[in-house]
Amino acid sequence: MGEFIGIEYHVWWFLVFGAVITGYAILDGFDLGAGALHLFLNKEQSRRIALNAIGPIWDGNEVWLVIGGGALFAGFPVAYAAIFSAFYVPFFIFLMGIIFRAVSIEFRSKEPGAIWRKTWDVVYCVASIIIALSLGLMLGNVAYGLPLNADKEFAGDGYSFFHPFSIMVSITTLALFMMHGAIYLTMKTENRLYAKLHLLANNFTVFFVLSFVTTTLYTLLYIPHLSDFFRQHPVYFIIPMLMTLAIANIPRQIKKGKYRYAFLSSAATISLLLIMVAIEVFPYLLYSTGAPENSITVHNGASSAKTMKILLIIALIGTPLVAIYTAFVFWTFKGKVRLDETSY
Amino acid sequence: MDVEVLSRIQFAFTIAFHYIYPPLSIGLGLLLVIFEGMYLATGKKIYEQITRFWIKIFALIFGIGVATGIIMEFEFGTNWATYSKYVGDIFGSALAAEGIFAFALEAGFLGILIFGWNRVSSRVHFFSALMVFLGSMFSAIWIVVANSWQQTPAGYQIVGEGMNARAEITDFWAMVFNPSSVDRLVHVWIGAFLAGAFLVLSVNAWYILKKRHLEVAIPSFKIALLTATIFSLLQLVAGHRSADGVAKNQPAKLAALEGHYDSLSSADMYLVGFVNNNTQRTTGIRIPGGLSFLVHGRFDTPVKGLNAFKPDERPTQVNAVFQVYHLMIAIGMMLIALTLYACIQWKRGKLFNQRWLMIVFVGSVLLPQIANQAGWFAAEMGRQPWVVYGLLRTSDALSKTVTANQVMFSLILFMVVYSLLFVLFIYLLNKKIQHGPAEYGTKEEIDESSKRNNPVIKQEH
Repeated sequence: MGEFIGIEYHVWWFLVFGAVITGYAILDGFDLGAGALHLFLNKEQSRRIALNAIGPIWDGNEVWLVIGGGALFAGFPVAYAAIFSAFYVPFFIFLMGIIFRAVSIEFRSKEPGAIWRKTWDVVYCVASIIIALSLGLMLGNVAYGLPLNADKEFAGDGYSFFHPFSIMVSITTLALFMMHGAIYLTMKTENRLYAKLHLLANNFTVFFVLSFVTTTLYTLLYIPHLSDFFRQHPVYFIIPMLMTLAIANIPRQIKKGKYRYAFLSSAATISLLLIMVAIEVFPYLLYSTGAPENSITVHNGASSAKTMKILLIIALIGTPLVAIYTAFVFWTFKGKVRLDETSY
Repeated sequence: MDVEVLSRIQFAFTIAFHYIYPPLSIGLGLLLVIFEGMYLATGKKIYEQITRFWIKIFALIFGIGVATGIIMEFEFGTNWATYSKYVGDIFGSALAAEGIFAFALEAGFLGILIFGWNRVSSRVHFFSALMVFLGSMFSAIWIVVANSWQQTPAGYQIVGEGMNARAEITDFWAMVFNPSSVDRLVHVWIGAFLAGAFLVLSVNAWYILKKRHLEVAIPSFKIALLTATIFSLLQLVAGHRSADGVAKNQPAKLAALEGHYDSLSSADMYLVGFVNNNTQRTTGIRIPGGLSFLVHGRFDTPVKGLNAFKPDERPTQVNAVFQVYHLMIAIGMMLIALTLYACIQWKRGKLFNQRWLMIVFVGSVLLPQIANQAGWFAAEMGRQPWVVYGLLRTSDALSKTVTANQVMFSLILFMVVYSLLFVLFIYLLNKKIQHGPAEYGTKEEIDESSKRNNPVIKQEH
């Protein structure tokens, strides 16, 4: 295996993959959250503004999921194969969520009728919730591990996915996205709608903190393979501490009317949370419950050194480009939402 | 039915449905760039109207293309886990490159294309249209490269044995420029341009028939007709080069395309025909020795037939492969005839006087779509029983942990959901077409009206 600045290629790729997933959670997280809280907004005008707040960018955000899928497929094909064939049914439900969400955003504005629009509002909201919950469920299962056989393939059944930890992670993810989405929308709205979202953002922050604390306590008490590392290296407790600060900063900034800082704090919370998951999980990509020797790690699940090198070059060229045009698009649509004839 | 059959049906169904949309995005992307380029160059309002009308339709098509495309990326993992492990080293890097170089570009600038008309200058907007178009072209590059590698593997070595065997990259550029990728990419691109051009032709022919929006419909029709004519003719060259490539690299597929069994005789080329899979006889209207001429440049040289391959190393559905392949070619010829005839009438100044011709153009939107689908079915079915030609069998590529019931569940789910999507798509497309291109006022008028429609802003004043 080759090395770059003293770190092996496949470890680099683990970091790249983690960064892509974090980027996805931060970016698609706020538009999924905006979708999940959509039905809390009652007026047609409010719903339109909320939709147009994510309108020009949600598609670009979702690309990060595609890049993440490609990154996993390319760098860790063994893990890609095991994870997606294991999650066969939940994953197709997730994908249905993706389809229905995409088309509901697009279809909703194409007819003026109240029933048409309300139907798509419900589809949009429910699909967003399903996506957030199933992402959380999969994250929870990947972190917790799945029963694998000697060929590193899934050896459980449909019920293996549902246990207290994965369900808690699932709910925490939804809460996190709703908080993140509400904060994003406060940046984009004014007046009464803004006041409402301000309130929602505070409530979802509480919802998130409660579910996060519960999940963390459960992990520390009952899941040794996820908490051992932190027990043995107490210095890493700085991460949850930073996270606490980031979360505490959110209501403070909202109160001051500095939504952008609140949003950045929320993004920092997501990053720290995923860094924590990455530290807990590493070097496992998929831990094998029952028979740990069948686990898929960054070492035995990786592509060849040659491919890793190519992938890192692709990432080095591609990432700055993506950063530039993502920034350009966000800058173009900065500020409060203004509806015009091109809006949804 | 077993897992293999169900998984193949599901893959074919989901990819075929998906493939209605990306070619339209690529083709419409090209026309959007032309229309908006004309607007920038001439400053005529009419081109603004045309551009903005097609952007709305583009958005609808693009949305469904993205949603159904995400499914494809993950379906390799869900249903074809062994394949994923086998090709991950190679296919994965193409897919990752597609995501980062193509999709991010496309989806990023799409926001500006659709929503940015009043936010950026017209030059920046044109640039966004160009980037969206380029993004969709790039995405075709990587996906065709990945598929072509499965047809004509190159730049790899096999590591491991039995179920743990997998292909590893040895030469990235040899993998990218494998023997079939360039020819097939050009063929796919042109097919996409035709899909877009004929959609524009069809919609505008309908307006012309109904005598609606004529000031917009006539120039759009002419631009699309020119585009369609050029690419119909170029497709003849590209298609021929692809067939040449198949002759060189995939002899069993070539034999199946023309229903040629006997290796000792010269091979014919058919216009239409029928292959009896049991008696191994092909009948129909043919050019005797035509295939021999394609392969060897002589009409009497024998060509390797299907009988030269072991029964388990050649396609079994020969008639189906033969039919879809000939359907594609027949449509290609029809498109050339139709566009050339229309150009001649245009030159004579009679293009829009012939009702029947416009009626034909309204229906013509289906032709490139059918040809695109038929071409892919010929390419993929002709490759069987291999998923990676000569290396990995389709039957070995499955996810071993997935059961038939699970696949049945997802297949039914897809059929129901995609049917619903398709009905909604056609309904909304039709509605947009019926509504027609809107007329836009000056920038000041638009600003004024957007304020009127926006009570949030009103409250501030």
